[in-house]
Amino acid sequence: MKATAKLWMGIVVLIILSPLGLIIPAHFKAGSAWGEWSAGEIRKLVGYAPGGLERLSSLWKAPMPGYAFKGWESKGLGNLSFAYIISALAGTAAVVMVMVFIGKMLARKDKDG
Amino acid sequence: MHIPDGYLGPATCAVMYAAMLPIWTAAAKIVKKRLKAKQAPLLAIGAAFSFVIMMFNVPIPGGSTGHAVGGVLAAIILGPWAACIAITVALVIQALLFGDGGITAIGANCFNMAFVLPFIGYYIYRLAGSGSQVGSGRRVIAAGIGAYLGINIAALCAGVEFGLQPLFHHTTNGLALYCPYGLKATVTAMLGGHLLIFGWIEAIVTASVIKYLQKKFPEMLYEEGAA
Repeated sequence: MKATAKLWMGIVVLIILSPLGLIIPAHFKAGSAWGEWSAGEIRKLVGYAPGGLERLSSLWKAPMPGYAFKGWESKGLGNLSFAYIISALAGTAAVVMVMVFIGKMLARKDKDG
Repeated sequence: MHIPDGYLGPATCAVMYAAMLPIWTAAAKIVKKRLKAKQAPLLAIGAAFSFVIMMFNVPIPGGSTGHAVGGVLAAIILGPWAACIAITVALVIQALLFGDGGITAIGANCFNMAFVLPFIGYYIYRLAGSGSQVGSGRRVIAAGIGAYLGINIAALCAGVEFGLQPLFHHTTNGLALYCPYGLKATVTAMLGGHLLIFGWIEAIVTASVIKYLQKKFPEMLYEEGAA
């Protein structure tokens, strides 16, 4: 099999396994990564929400916040794992589309050899 | 290591975007010059790999999580400039679609993970592997060392960016406006997790894939430093 086909298969396997990145931290009751807390979480940590942080933290409304569907924050791990795989698929598709476009702009055939 | 919106003040955000502009421009120029058409799919695979490997959060004692970036691996196969572009695309998609990393912090996050990480990792790999055969065990170790140091120095940069904020921005009564933790706390936290856990994961992932490629597709490693 061609190298690229094998490597794409590897990416697909990673997408299918991606919920491990959700389930294992949940099992150990791990929260956010350090420095990636919401304004609410930081208020609990330091006793107040820094003004600029609170203002800027809601600057961007991502369509799939936290690799889940909007409003799914309190769903169970099964649902969240499903959303995580969909996010991995959608994100990979978006990344690949942008990269193919950039690759087309940057790579030239005449340099082959 | 994805700094969210609100943790860095406007000055830091602007400086980090300004720092990345010439790097992105140079990356586009260099990759355009050196990237062969048949390597274009690898560029997409490298970006996809980096995107999805960052979803594998790993818990550490203390209730926090972290993850590998896959950036040094991309740099070894594609060259650091192409890796810079690939990781940038992964980070921008993460910020825009999933709110992972802030919009205002894209400059900083790219500086740490798409510039410092692949370049440090790549040159350490070259240094540690110099004089050895492409298929040698020493190259595998060199890849692991490069990955470990690359992600740790990137984490150190993130720690410094976080930790400078209370110095730059605070209210008259001393309350922080952005990241409330000082350098000592931020550098300790960022480096601690990466030195103990996430650095090793980056190293093991990188070394294992290099080992696999040596065995199955050694031709992919001969074009090292392509772009």
